[in-house]
Amino acid sequence: MRKIERFMQQKNLHTGDVVRVVESENGTTVEYEGIVMPPYELSSGETLTLKLDNGYNIGILVDNIVEIEVLEKAKPGEKKEFKAVLPKNPELPNVAILGTGGTIASRIDYKTGAVHPAFTAEELALAVPEIFKLANITPKLIMNILSEDMRPEYWRKIANEVAKALNSGEDGVVIAHGTDTMAYTAAALSFMLGNLHKPVILVGAQRSSDRPSSDAAMNLTCSVRMATANFGEVAVVMHGETGDTYCLAHRGTKVRKMHTSRRDAFRSINDIPVAKIWADGRIEFLREDYRKRSEGEVFVDGEMEEKVALVKSFPGMQKEILEFFIDKGYKGIVLEGTGLGHVPTYLIDTIERATQEGITVCMTSQCLYGRVNLNVYSTGRRLLRAGVIPCEDMLPETAYVKLMWVLGKTQNQEEVRKMMLKNYAGEITPYTRFDTYLR
Amino acid sequence: MEFDYKELGLKVGLEIHRQLDTKKLFSPVPSDLHEDVDFRFQRRLRPTMSELGEIDPAALEEFKKGRTFVYEGNHRFTDLVYMDEEPPHKPDEEALRISLQIAYLLNAIPVDEVHFMRKIVIDGSNVSGFQRTAIIAMNGRVDTPWGSVGIPTICLEEDACRIVEREDGKVIYRLDRLGIPLVEIATTPDIHHPEQAKVVAKYIGDALRATRKVKRGLGTIRQDLNISIRGGARIEIKGVQELDMIPLIIEREVERQMNLLKIRDELRRREVKQEDIKEAFYDVTEIFKNTDSKIIARAIKKGGKVLAVKLPGFRGLIGREIQPGRRLGTEMADRARKYVRGIFHIDELPNYGISGSEVNEVVERLGLGENDAFVLVAAEEETARKALREVVKRAREAIEGVPEETRRALPDGNTQYMRPLPGKARMYPETDIPPILIADRMKGEILANLPELPQERVERYIREYRIDRSLAETLVNDERDELFEELVKNGVKPSLAASILVVVLKGLKKEAPIENITDEHIREAFELYLGGKIAKEAFEEIFKELAENPNKTAKQVAEEKGLTLLSEEEVERIIEEVVMANIEVIRAKGMGAMGMIMGRAMAKLRGRADGKLVSSLVRKKIQELAGS
Repeated sequence: MRKIERFMQQKNLHTGDVVRVVESENGTTVEYEGIVMPPYELSSGETLTLKLDNGYNIGILVDNIVEIEVLEKAKPGEKKEFKAVLPKNPELPNVAILGTGGTIASRIDYKTGAVHPAFTAEELALAVPEIFKLANITPKLIMNILSEDMRPEYWRKIANEVAKALNSGEDGVVIAHGTDTMAYTAAALSFMLGNLHKPVILVGAQRSSDRPSSDAAMNLTCSVRMATANFGEVAVVMHGETGDTYCLAHRGTKVRKMHTSRRDAFRSINDIPVAKIWADGRIEFLREDYRKRSEGEVFVDGEMEEKVALVKSFPGMQKEILEFFIDKGYKGIVLEGTGLGHVPTYLIDTIERATQEGITVCMTSQCLYGRVNLNVYSTGRRLLRAGVIPCEDMLPETAYVKLMWVLGKTQNQEEVRKMMLKNYAGEITPYTRFDTYLR
Repeated sequence: MEFDYKELGLKVGLEIHRQLDTKKLFSPVPSDLHEDVDFRFQRRLRPTMSELGEIDPAALEEFKKGRTFVYEGNHRFTDLVYMDEEPPHKPDEEALRISLQIAYLLNAIPVDEVHFMRKIVIDGSNVSGFQRTAIIAMNGRVDTPWGSVGIPTICLEEDACRIVEREDGKVIYRLDRLGIPLVEIATTPDIHHPEQAKVVAKYIGDALRATRKVKRGLGTIRQDLNISIRGGARIEIKGVQELDMIPLIIEREVERQMNLLKIRDELRRREVKQEDIKEAFYDVTEIFKNTDSKIIARAIKKGGKVLAVKLPGFRGLIGREIQPGRRLGTEMADRARKYVRGIFHIDELPNYGISGSEVNEVVERLGLGENDAFVLVAAEEETARKALREVVKRAREAIEGVPEETRRALPDGNTQYMRPLPGKARMYPETDIPPILIADRMKGEILANLPELPQERVERYIREYRIDRSLAETLVNDERDELFEELVKNGVKPSLAASILVVVLKGLKKEAPIENITDEHIREAFELYLGGKIAKEAFEEIFKELAENPNKTAKQVAEEKGLTLLSEEEVERIIEEVVMANIEVIRAKGMGAMGMIMGRAMAKLRGRADGKLVSSLVRKKIQELAGS
């Protein structure tokens, strides 16, 4: 226990108590009055955080406190519940919003400075009223995890929820998702959702929803628009540029988070986006080769082989890294090779050992942009001979998800190879347009 | 006019903001302003949801405007942090140290741990929609002859964007100023006399300048006043630039509040009630179809309407002066300015091309009694309605007395409506910045090295450099002191440095825009002088030219204007010429001709040769000739 927690226990102090504190340091005495704030996770642990009447917080060293008096005990928090029933408008399409964790909307309690997630329909209606003019919204929190904790069984759970929603009358689904692993989930859903003919839109925010400049509301609004559009695939909808002018809808298998913090972090790689969704509501499709909306039952093809690894090649890489996966019984390895798809030549023997033991080894490129080609250099040719599958212009992450999905269906090497090289959800493009690079 | 401020219950509080001369607060970007724009982007801000029922009036006003914000950036003077595209870095340590220095100079006590907060600001001036701000110290104090004034808080915060242009539904901002560290010093409302406010502001300003790490020049310091009198209301006055204006602005505000209270009393005597003032707008376009008023005729021609509203019991009061040159009608017009350029009211008519008979027709049409007034607006119908709604609102407030407002200081000491008084600041913790424990060692270091206050500096200049008190005071007050010390350190005689920086520069003020002369210009000119390239007489002309053409260098000007010193041989040659031309006089008068020859030589050599050298050469020549 840190000093502050001990102090609060000793003095029977609780968050929300109004107190008068007398502090003495080197003979100077100062008095403060304010509300006791919860001890800061990130602070030194040696200070009492007080919210003053002017709204500011300050920290007071516990060791310097000579007197503390509780002027008013904290009132038990009244939970405000918004129970309004939102009437369904038969003229509007129906859209389900599935929450997976994080906050697409939040409410700030300025008394305590606490940020509360807002996810009930009523709270959402207050935070982003625009979307209720576009569709009858049914929000549902299906899990509450950090996006970095996402895993294949959750992908399956999301896929099941999506299928359930679409098969029970929703015209589209929006999935609110943390941005870190959103592209992996998008790829997973792209493969898992069979006979999909309605929009499944993943959306997130790069600036938290508690700030007035958050991109959350516009991303969500554009996602709901895309979820009601004449479109029948999985896509990621996020800001298209730094300004609040348009969002882009990226195909779920061709999208990658390319920046740690910018709003326009999500980019289509080796492909152009599907559509531009302007702030004024216009949807401008940028291509014609997308699946249109139609009726039909969606099914979940969610079997996944989880013993698959994504391994980056680097100068000085040791054999034992690959040997580990072989020895641990992995069924597939996606390599993120250098350049056209290479690894250090002394690893080729190990790779051959892997393929001989029935492990699928796929090659992608850490360049991200461009297509692998194992015919140009001898290393590539040797890798081909060792049984490596060159994954065309597939993103490493997409290849990783796809290999899990393929190995979930068959472990027959020839079958696996055929499936890995077949385009299922736009993950492989036959040729590359000039305008697909670093825009 | 001298009021009895004690009797009136005058209360004034100050809020002073000053930029620090460091890197930006949360990212090490240079904090300079620049006119070049490399890129633009466009954003919107939405008020974050709070508990139900609680609405911040200022935030609401902004949101109603539904504005788009355009930000103009320069790659060198902003970065992703200040485009709200990256979380903040740690606060600039130098800025933190300077604010602690300031805290100690103002007798305040630093907090143990600094917690940065997000203060919601949604007018677009902060890209994120909030300003990051933290209390650095509390419980400071300034002593004045009228009594002690408290300084409850000293904060360190980020400056906002510069506004470039306001258009319909759009505001254009420049990003370069955003993030420059600002120290905010607030006083308690314990100031009870206009002159006392100036003394407190000066004291605080001196403490800030003592650090030598505050920015100088237009816009780097902002002083806000909070003023009220008994029975009046708290008025926040923004943007007071000059110290000397403070007492006048306070006097004018007291006058305004007193006059508004008199108008209130008169309205009450006339038994005017809030509900008597109705939002009923009469279309009187027909009356003005042949008007001589250009403004109205133009509005009608553009398809607009002339709308009138009845203000019962207001006759004679709308036109009553409440500050020199400003009337209750002016206050109404200021409120309506969001929608229309101006309003017309009965107390100022007939005038502006509106005839007496038009006035009478409106009076008749509205059915006005002798105490009733009207206000007219000519504009597109919906706009005109919005404008008149503001007029009605202001009229209703007149019955209550003084409305709480944020007002803008005008150059003549008057003030003008800006926006409603902001509600209580909406703040929540900036969770991207961990709290900062102020180490005892840091406090000790700062305390042991506190800078000297300006008054102490004046005394030291008099003592150390033996310059006049008035010169020393001007150097310090005009913030030329740092440059002065630098010049002296480089070998310039203190008396010369002081007189050039004070007398010569101030003397040029009327002739040339001396604010264009940079420290760099001055440094360079003194380098030329120290290098024997120019005479001290040349400073004036060089500075005058630099003020007009700040892109030039001192060296260029000196050369162009022929102000570079001549070599001794050249000086001798010119003196030789003068002497030869006047050889008869010298022969006749001998040394008696010295004055005349000196005068003629200096006419040719002023600014190009040292006077002493000229005089010794002239003396030598005359002696040679007279002796021969």
